[in-house]
Amino acid sequence: MAYDFRWSVLWEAPHVTWLLDGFLTTLRISAISWIFAVFLGILFGALRTVPFRPLRAVATAYVEFFRNVPLLVWLFFWYFGAPEVLPEAIRQWLIHHGMEFCSAVAAISIYHGARMSEVIRAGIQSIPKTQFESGIATGLSLSETYRLIVIPIALRLIVPPVTNESLNLLKNSSLAMTIGVGELTFATRQIETYTAKAFEAFTAGTLIYLGLCLGIAYIMNRVEKKFAIPGLIARAERAEH
Amino acid sequence: MNFDWAVITSNAKFLLLQGLLGIGRFGGGTLRLAVPAIVLGFTVGIILGLARLARRPWIHYPATIYIELIRGIPLVMVIFWFWFLVPIILGKPVPEYWVALAAFVMFEAAYIGEIIRAGIQSVPKGQIDAATATGLNYLQTTWDVILPQAIRNVIPSLVTQFIVLFKDTSLASIIGMMDLTKAAQTVSQRELRPFEMYLFIAVVYWIFTYSMSCFARWLEIRMSPERIAAS
Repeated sequence: MAYDFRWSVLWEAPHVTWLLDGFLTTLRISAISWIFAVFLGILFGALRTVPFRPLRAVATAYVEFFRNVPLLVWLFFWYFGAPEVLPEAIRQWLIHHGMEFCSAVAAISIYHGARMSEVIRAGIQSIPKTQFESGIATGLSLSETYRLIVIPIALRLIVPPVTNESLNLLKNSSLAMTIGVGELTFATRQIETYTAKAFEAFTAGTLIYLGLCLGIAYIMNRVEKKFAIPGLIARAERAEH
Repeated sequence: MNFDWAVITSNAKFLLLQGLLGIGRFGGGTLRLAVPAIVLGFTVGIILGLARLARRPWIHYPATIYIELIRGIPLVMVIFWFWFLVPIILGKPVPEYWVALAAFVMFEAAYIGEIIRAGIQSVPKGQIDAATATGLNYLQTTWDVILPQAIRNVIPSLVTQFIVLFKDTSLASIIGMMDLTKAAQTVSQRELRPFEMYLFIAVVYWIFTYSMSCFARWLEIRMSPERIAAS
């Protein structure tokens, strides 16, 4: 194996800015998609538990269809396919205002929203019904029971699985490179193409992702320990795909 | 915008035979990649899961570091690593199919290893003592006593992971392997019908993953402790 290492390509003039831009784009696309995904997750997670069948059916259809198709297919669909059915004016506006980014955010949010809703639903359903009943029995009103007992417990229970799912979202944002979003994986590929130094470029990308994921996992682990419910092993841990 | 759904029927043979099954001059194929990847990933995953629980530090630490490393980076990155490294290590060009297969097996094995570890840890410790007391050695204990129970405990998670792997195979198209996604890409570039094309393969992927998840749910009910206690 003959390979001529040149690590300096990583901090030479344009490359370091590519990496930095890529890193920031990854953060931005993940953060925006995360907000939408959590919103969709809460909305559809809740809708799947309402006592009204048509609404439940709509929510189930959304979740089962979107999470069971590869994200890559959704990216292509939202980037190449979906804009075709938009009115010409909106399409032109999108093309001039970063359609790649918008399509990537749409694809990642909708896909991960479906997955997130499963995680949130599992968390809510793992709260023992007795918690709710004993709240009422001790004389709390319905809203107090929710506010003081059910929601605090639910939030604490879903921290680990939601963290896990958020890290999946962060890692999956790398797929946005396939439709031309200049995120971190895109940047490492770009450096590799320009310098032919694949080993160095991939190492840089790998280390940045690793640092991000391990860093977030470490912080969330601390949070989880701080807010863990004594005597309860994380029940909602069952990771959904 | 008018839809032209006939584009699906006129290209169905290429999409399904070449893209899904891998029968044709491009090789590849989603199922031809997914099935061996699941089988091999499962095998390597069992070894990794056992290695993570090994008492010898020179087995335990490399396995742990490997699993944490792989789980901390995106699959695309792993595929690019394999794409770049495999030909260098072997000293000759390697077809995309084999690069993709190697990358998927090694990537999914890290996730399956964690599931297997959880399964092993869910087996009561008394089982090991009992097996040892009856005179079984390490291999016999692991193979005949621990693993069957461990795997049974985590079957739903395993099926879920296999579904993830099935969806992940679409990423092989990034390095140019002709799978269902790549086939749809090729057709939609020729016919300029991306909307119909991608929606169609979304449905094809969905049929497979959804049946797998129904199967997982059925298994979960069948394997639930209440059910087993009742039988």
